[in-house]
Amino acid sequence: MAEVLVLAERTAGGEVKKVTLELLTAARRLGSPSVVWTGPGAEAAAGRLGEYGAEKVYAADSADFGDYPVAPAAELLAQLVGQVSPAAVLVAGTTEGKEIAGRLAVKTGSGVLTDAVDVTAGPDGKPVAEQPNFGGSVTVRSTVRAGTPVIAVRPNAITAEPSPATAAVEAVAFTASDAAKAAKVTDRVVAEKGARPELTEAQVVVSGGRGTGSADGFKVIEELADCLGAAVGASRAVTDAGWYPHQFQVGQTGKTVSPQLYVAVGISGAIQHRAGMQTSKTIMAINKDPEAPIFEIADYGVVGDLFTVVPQLIDEITKHKG
Amino acid sequence: MNIVVCMKQVPDTELERKLVPGSNTVDRASADGVINYIDEFAIEEGLKIAEAHGGEVTILSMGPARAAESIRKALSMGADKAVHVLDDGLAGSDALATSAVLAAALGQVGFDLVIFGSESTDARTGLVPAMVAERLGVPQLTLASKVDIAGSSVTVRRVSDDGYAVVTGSLPAVVSVVEKINEPRYPTFKGIMAAKKKPVRVLALTDLGVDAGSVGLAGAASWVEEFAARPPRQAGVIVTDEGDGGAKAAGFLAGRKFI
Ligand SMILES: Cc1cc2nc3c(=O)[nH]c(=O)nc-3n(C[C@H](O)[C@H](O)[C@H](O)COP(=O)(O)OP(=O)(O)OC[C@H]3O[C@@H](n4cnc5c(N)ncnc54)[C@H](O)[C@@H]3O)c2cc1C
Ligand SMILES: Nc1ncnc2c1ncn2[C@@H]1O[C@H](COP(=O)(O)O)[C@@H](O)[C@H]1O
Repeated sequence: MAEVLVLAERTAGGEVKKVTLELLTAARRLGSPSVVWTGPGAEAAAGRLGEYGAEKVYAADSADFGDYPVAPAAELLAQLVGQVSPAAVLVAGTTEGKEIAGRLAVKTGSGVLTDAVDVTAGPDGKPVAEQPNFGGSVTVRSTVRAGTPVIAVRPNAITAEPSPATAAVEAVAFTASDAAKAAKVTDRVVAEKGARPELTEAQVVVSGGRGTGSADGFKVIEELADCLGAAVGASRAVTDAGWYPHQFQVGQTGKTVSPQLYVAVGISGAIQHRAGMQTSKTIMAINKDPEAPIFEIADYGVVGDLFTVVPQLIDEITKHKG
Repeated sequence: MNIVVCMKQVPDTELERKLVPGSNTVDRASADGVINYIDEFAIEEGLKIAEAHGGEVTILSMGPARAAESIRKALSMGADKAVHVLDDGLAGSDALATSAVLAAALGQVGFDLVIFGSESTDARTGLVPAMVAERLGVPQLTLASKVDIAGSSVTVRRVSDDGYAVVTGSLPAVVSVVEKINEPRYPTFKGIMAAKKKPVRVLALTDLGVDAGSVGLAGAASWVEEFAARPPRQAGVIVTDEGDGGAKAAGFLAGRKFI
């Protein structure tokens, strides 16, 4: 069975990110999963990767991956594609993952599919990616016709399922070329995000809109999020007004999220906002306007003033937790 | 400094978009075309850099004849000239082909700094800037929320999920900018009048030496096999708050095992 390369992502703490386990789950449908690990820590991660079906871990322990964004990772993947002729390469569909996919596709003359929410083997065994289009109103199924399929998979879209294997770690000799070192990282600033889960990886997202009225009013969104263990999101009206930072914007020009539960509070549900949250499994909306378009896609909606409904909801959840 | 801003015309996102049965490509004929929203920030950044450091701003756009309207709008914002890559063979091009065409055009036009938007609202791939940087073999300084130029060095704030990185490279370079990096200016009446006289060079595939078989639908490396309207979501339950809205919502969450 041909190998399927999976580019691993890890947290700042060095742990395997959930999206990597999701990619491994998809990779098993296409062939034998081999993880590509950039930087230190492959040995420590191998156990966890094996739990989700990784047969191999290609470990390239080089500082170049941290010092130079995107280009070295693409170069390493291209090197491995040349060596093992994989059936496909899967990367996380984050902004950085997509850029790596793009450079790899150019290097290998391959077709690239982004924003996949599912990947399966087609009748000929080749990968078929399912992609939501136009903000989720259309679903397309796409294939790659040239080279080695490169697929960027949206985090949180595929459910990670364990399938134990023994992941053999294989060290890979890698030195980034001078061309791949043309853009150098000179500093990193990590934003304070506290204990909340990352927006694109969270099981539950609570987002607030203009209805919250002010930065102060927006705090009720954070409170609800914290009692649900959720990430906080915002509409553009909120980030434009400066009530909450731009990096939390959900929508067409913000983040795309597919959590198990999305709670939209004081958000009207404009098409550009829906583009970023339409594929959420369950949607709940709280809005005082019964005509708000968000109710058209809500599984559960409460028509009412958020400043009375949300505090009561928080109380009830707290009671429920007992 | 020779600054080139890559601008794409996209269907207006206020309208629902459709795919064309048969070729399964975006139906660009049925919606109004507008400048890709994030590309307005790219244009503004180009104009600001030219104002601060001297130089000329060229708009580069690959698209059908109607893209000329958006090119004119970009010129009315203050860009100096434009290059329109126009060829029937380009219809249906994927990111791989688009990046090849843009890189070929950039090679011909010449550049010190190329500025992209981070993402187009129709394709939404966010692939083209990195692909063009790879093809041109110049530093990739993308996803910038801030761009600083000092002599021949370019430093950007590259936004990430958890903050940002400061990334530096030297000219010539490829930059892509994110939403809100600046405030795009509106065209003035004077700008609109001046734009009418600004030169727009039209290039076809043969001018660029790009093989027609490698682009458009003919050369597509990625292919849409089928598409379907997403099944509409099941109509939900909507309740009106009568003093018990929060409790009812909690009941729903408990029923679905979220709490
Ligand atoms: C090119 C482009 C890209 C865009 N990208 C994005 C994007 O990425 N993300 C995004 O979100 N938007 C985006 N937008 C903007 C989008 O069109 C909307 O303007 C925006 O989503 C509106 O935000 P909102 O729902 O918070 O505000 P509004 O539309 O003003 O809605 C506020 C809602 O709050 C309700 N409300 C008010 N007070 C209360 C109360 N006390 N209790 C309960 N409900 C209350 C109102 O009934 C209303 O429905 C984009 C627009 C364009 C043109
Ligand atoms: N046809 C095109 N002509 C000019 N620039 C383009 C074209 N397609 C994409 N771009 C540029 O590439 C950026 C990213 O687009 P995309 O990779 O399609 O999401 C856009 O913001 C534009 O700056």
